[in-house]
Amino acid sequence: MKTGSKLAGIALALMLTTPGQAADKVKVGLVSTLSGPAGALGVDMRDGFNLALKHMGGKLGGLATEIIASDDQFNPDTGKQIVDRFVKRDRVDFVTGIIYSNILLAAAPTAFESKTPYVSANAGPSQYAGKGCSPYFVSAAWQNDAFHEAAGQHATSRGIKDVYLMAPNYPAGQDALTGFKRFYKGKINTEAYVKLGQLDFAAELAQMRAAKPEAVYVFFPGGMGINFIKQFVAAGLSKDIMLLLPGFSADQDIIPAVGEPMLGLMSTAHWALDLDNAENKRFVADFETDYKRIPSVYAAQGYDTALLIDAAVRAVKGKVEDRDAVMKALKSVKAKSVHGPYRINNNGYPVQNYYLRVVGKDAKGRIVNKTIGTIFTNQADAYAKECALK
Amino acid sequence: MSGILLLEQSLNGLQFGLMLFLLAAGLTLVFGIMDMINLAHGSLYMLGAYLMATLAQATGSFLVALPLAIVATGILGVLLEMSLLRKLYQRDHLAQVLATFALILIANEVVRMIWGAQPMMLATPAVLSGPVDLLPGLSYPSYRLLVIGVGLAVAALLYWLVTRTRTGMLVRAGASNREMATAMGVNIKRLFTIVFGIGAMLCALAGALLGPLLAVQVGMGEEILILAFVVIVIGGIGSIRGALVGALLVGMVDTIGRAFLPALFREFLPPQYAAGLGPGLASILIYLLMALVLFWKPQGLFPARG
Repeated sequence: MKTGSKLAGIALALMLTTPGQAADKVKVGLVSTLSGPAGALGVDMRDGFNLALKHMGGKLGGLATEIIASDDQFNPDTGKQIVDRFVKRDRVDFVTGIIYSNILLAAAPTAFESKTPYVSANAGPSQYAGKGCSPYFVSAAWQNDAFHEAAGQHATSRGIKDVYLMAPNYPAGQDALTGFKRFYKGKINTEAYVKLGQLDFAAELAQMRAAKPEAVYVFFPGGMGINFIKQFVAAGLSKDIMLLLPGFSADQDIIPAVGEPMLGLMSTAHWALDLDNAENKRFVADFETDYKRIPSVYAAQGYDTALLIDAAVRAVKGKVEDRDAVMKALKSVKAKSVHGPYRINNNGYPVQNYYLRVVGKDAKGRIVNKTIGTIFTNQADAYAKECALK
Repeated sequence: MSGILLLEQSLNGLQFGLMLFLLAAGLTLVFGIMDMINLAHGSLYMLGAYLMATLAQATGSFLVALPLAIVATGILGVLLEMSLLRKLYQRDHLAQVLATFALILIANEVVRMIWGAQPMMLATPAVLSGPVDLLPGLSYPSYRLLVIGVGLAVAALLYWLVTRTRTGMLVRAGASNREMATAMGVNIKRLFTIVFGIGAMLCALAGALLGPLLAVQVGMGEEILILAFVVIVIGGIGSIRGALVGALLVGMVDTIGRAFLPALFREFLPPQYAAGLGPGLASILIYLLMALVLFWKPQGLFPARG
């Protein structure tokens, strides 16, 4: 133990003497949920990120890149420990990858305190969008409310009058229903929350049947979504009640597991498989070739995150140790993306379009999402004006 | 609150309770007869579910895979008992807890190595994927009805096995007084192996039936193991009847709590408080129930030992 700590001290001293110069490589710490029913999201995100890296010849901003990937096991404590290790031991230049907002809220402050840029590929809690915004946070995905705001707007424009709302009881779940209610003008039948990670919804579905709503809007990511939709159909509720979903609960991580019952379900997201731009076509085609499956929205976000980091490193000419310049670049560069042009707002969250998609069959007979309309154009989140950052 | 809602929630509670019973029955016999705390019971449940998912994929049939998975898990259980657990009977409870906890960790890692970290898909048989109309206004998932049916049948079978057969008599003798049973010439070694094998098979059955409703994943056993322990503490250690009553009580209380408590709180609290308090209280209700039972009947509701 003693020798170990001595050695660590020497190593630390050596590191401190390294003179400040343009780095010859970029280190990215990727922490994500990579196991369990909640883990398919993280795996897709990571694979999307790696595909972008492959497209750029293994380099970010022209510099050799080292990715350190770690599984947070769906546990906020583990996530925090990993980020701690990333910034103290591995001294990464960027942290990214957290899927779940409760884990992000536990882990990200460690990155913020050490002034390490956090580039979100998924979780976008309202806590970091308004008064609590951080100069070291940027999202290449969305603010948590966004898909749900679009869904609320969609419900309003369809003239739906009576909706039953349900989400897991954690920060993104609360953001989800808040977002939906912001743009939904009809009556709210019930607003219910369940434990995050719950997989059996028998009791909740019975309550839903008794409440007789016109439509149900649920936000259940990953395995929760798979089980909810299967059980919703198995309980016979799909005959009388319309099921509205955010993109998270109707994408390629869920569609293959549920199968035919998904057909015709509508959802809202900032990306879709058939979005017409060159990056997206290349991304979708190569993802299928490399990973033998159709990419989900999480894979698209992982890809976009890598592109954003790449553009920022290029903009600072490889001087990634100048953290404030990196942050400025992250917020101002025009990065390419698979979901079309977007810009980063003062609070670090994107301003972008949101689309309505419907699940149908493609030319090969596979069940996939198709874009059928645009709900919001250049939409910013509702919290940005409360953020003191310029 | 309508009658139909109450009926549907009771069916849900019954379904959950019966699955808990399958797990608790094996656990209570092992604990009651062998005086052995087996934390790895949940791992057998997990292995049963994984074997079921693998066999269902390989054979393409739920019905063919089910007996195969049960038998395979039973054999695994017997091998485990004969190779390792047998050496732990003479040790104190702490040694048993440590050894079987190690088994949990080993089982989880082995499963992760063989099947990967991603959960496996186990689909309900196609014929049972839709609802059945039980009453006007109540359609119930047919698969859950099957689970209830199988659960009741197994409960009846176990009751017959324990009260009407010679093996059952030996099991009861072992549970109520082990030393005396041994002194009367019961081959306790073989009895233990049989009991453990049956427990493992019940685990596999529960894992296989719950697989399509939950998810076949690493660590699935631990969460439900805690509930199974609550069940046997409530029911009385070593008693099959106690396990059944305890499991149904826990299943009902959990379902009713989850269904009606949040709704009740929503009546008089703002939704964000009701959202936190309702599910929170619902999930501690069963532990409250256990505490109350322990207070009034420290031996459980149906103690096996006189």
